[in-house]
Amino acid sequence: MVEQTLRFRDDEPVGDPAVTVDAFADQSNATAVRIEPGDDARALLPHLDRLALVEVNFPAYTDGRGYSAARILREHGYAGELRAVGDVLLDQLSHMRRCGFDSFAPNQAISAQAAEKAFATWPEVYQKTVDGRPAIWAKRHPA
Amino acid sequence: MYQYDQYDQAMVDARVAEFRDQVERRLAGDISEDQFKPLRLKNGLYLQLHAYMLRVAIPYGTLSSRQMRMLGDIADKYDRGYGHFTTRQNIQYNWIKLQDAPDILADLASVEMHAIQTSGNCIRNTTSDQFAGAAADELVDPRPYAELLRQWSTFHPEFDYLPRKFKIAIIGSETDRAAMKLHDIGIQLVQNDAGEIGCKFYVGGGMGRTPMIAPVIGDFVPPLQMISYLEACLRVYNRYGRRDNKYKARIKILVHEIGADEYRRQVEEEFKHILTLGLEPPAAELERIKGFFEQPGFDANASDELDLSDPDFALWVDQNVHAHKQPGYAIVNISLKPVGGIPGDATADQIRLMADLALEHSFDELRVTHAQNIVLPHVKKADLYGLWQKLDEAGLASANLDLIGDIIACPGLDYCALANARSIPVAQKISERFADLGRQRELGELKLKISGCINACGHHHAGHIGILGVDRKGVENYQLLLGGCEGADTSLGTITGPGFNEDGIVDAVEKATDVYLAKRAEGERFVDTFRRIGMAPFKEAIYAKETANG
Repeated sequence: MVEQTLRFRDDEPVGDPAVTVDAFADQSNATAVRIEPGDDARALLPHLDRLALVEVNFPAYTDGRGYSAARILREHGYAGELRAVGDVLLDQLSHMRRCGFDSFAPNQAISAQAAEKAFATWPEVYQKTVDGRPAIWAKRHPA
Repeated sequence: MYQYDQYDQAMVDARVAEFRDQVERRLAGDISEDQFKPLRLKNGLYLQLHAYMLRVAIPYGTLSSRQMRMLGDIADKYDRGYGHFTTRQNIQYNWIKLQDAPDILADLASVEMHAIQTSGNCIRNTTSDQFAGAAADELVDPRPYAELLRQWSTFHPEFDYLPRKFKIAIIGSETDRAAMKLHDIGIQLVQNDAGEIGCKFYVGGGMGRTPMIAPVIGDFVPPLQMISYLEACLRVYNRYGRRDNKYKARIKILVHEIGADEYRRQVEEEFKHILTLGLEPPAAELERIKGFFEQPGFDANASDELDLSDPDFALWVDQNVHAHKQPGYAIVNISLKPVGGIPGDATADQIRLMADLALEHSFDELRVTHAQNIVLPHVKKADLYGLWQKLDEAGLASANLDLIGDIIACPGLDYCALANARSIPVAQKISERFADLGRQRELGELKLKISGCINACGHHHAGHIGILGVDRKGVENYQLLLGGCEGADTSLGTITGPGFNEDGIVDAVEKATDVYLAKRAEGERFVDTFRRIGMAPFKEAIYAKETANG
């Protein structure tokens, strides 16, 4: 089980256990939900204001659906904690961060130091995403 | 040609550093081969049958002489003195040591090159028309758009773990020289009635074990929304493409299973949302990139006169030289298909010679074609004879472009861990059987393509004559397909019937060409005759002998 969470947020962690997307629909008081790869993240969009934690499960790191789920939530204004859970490896951290994840609960522990190094892999980025980093094209053409 | 600025350079340098770290962790045993595999694949490093293979990206097939020379030097320094140009306009080195790979990437980075995303389930190197910027029939030069695409697709954080690999081709001419409709996404730059340029999106084509021709998904996407439309296409695929079965994971299966209309509806919905996010690089960025692709300084007084008194030169001009949009200039195709050779292979010396010739005669530019040949795009006609003589001395003047000797073949079982059968020896035998150039020219345009397994890297589905190597109870067996075609009239080949052994397939090909010669009507290519008369006469001739001999 997950025992080590790397968290890059200043607020207090949510204590509630995450429920499944299906269960979440029936529980008006739940504040934490867990998305599996096959779930449609858009189902959560009407409820973003009462969510404090969304866990996105990566049963295998090769399944990249969670990256789209994360971006969709952030693009629609979700500001709570977005946690990548499961087969989350060092070499995926920087892309996950770019897609909006701000906490990580990997099956195999990753040190905070290694994580910081991974986030610094790319000195620049070619795409605008949801992490606020300016794309290279924006730097080339300052408004 | 596009040139890196400090940002582009920083990105490839970062990749070299990252990969060096990954290799060190692997060599030290900190990560397992299972964990390392997807990391090295993202850098185009495959473990093949005998050694590591490194696939180097050649974005939209375009190279400067400095880059080409480096490819030759790498072949000498780290490989066995040759390289293999691929059907995706890239180059592969087949005898690489793992510990050398970071140094090779560093050498590549020193000439603005890399091996980023030449493998793995991500967006691969974008391909394009090898005559871009030179073709007489060009509407828009696709290279600036291809460069925009290169940058957008490089380390895209959302689309690095797609269900399967993803290949994009972009063209700007009516004539499709990039097999665009056989890609996951093919983009054709078109003009509407108002004279505006737009992107026509074909989505869901591909070869492999389930070949499909891509349907039109976006009719006319404004160029300054191209990236947003791509984001939408990819996001729908990333979310809903099948992941339960690797063989059904390409986007063609998704588009086929839900239907082009439903896929289009989902893309349009996503596109509407994405347009609100401001993800598109501004017009100024496209203009900046276009500045690198301005027409070279052509000599306006260059003559169209050509002395064709040397018959061998005249043959080469007729077969390998194409019309250029600039009077007095021509496009030169260098065939990497000498009789009995390995399709797409070039020695380090040949690679460096082509680099020198490009510098001297072609405004410092070369292209790699998906047919595994090299193009010098801007050669003054007055220089052609001298150029041809130098090519001839180096064994690079085979006058067989688009003829039966201009065979496309994958590396096959001689190198590839996925292959079921060897491709190279079959290509060599066919090339030798049809060695006589007069005979090849009599047969006219005839595209013969060989794959050593159903993954179809040798594009056998799109060959006028296609050959597929399979494994039948431990014995290599070759199936014959007829009637495939790429380009505007894209079609997929049909299998003739039972397969053949290595010599049998060569005989079968010859019999098929005999049928064509006997039945063709005036002006018909092999594929035209096949389309008109159908499979039956070919089948009859190909399988007749066994019956006759009892």
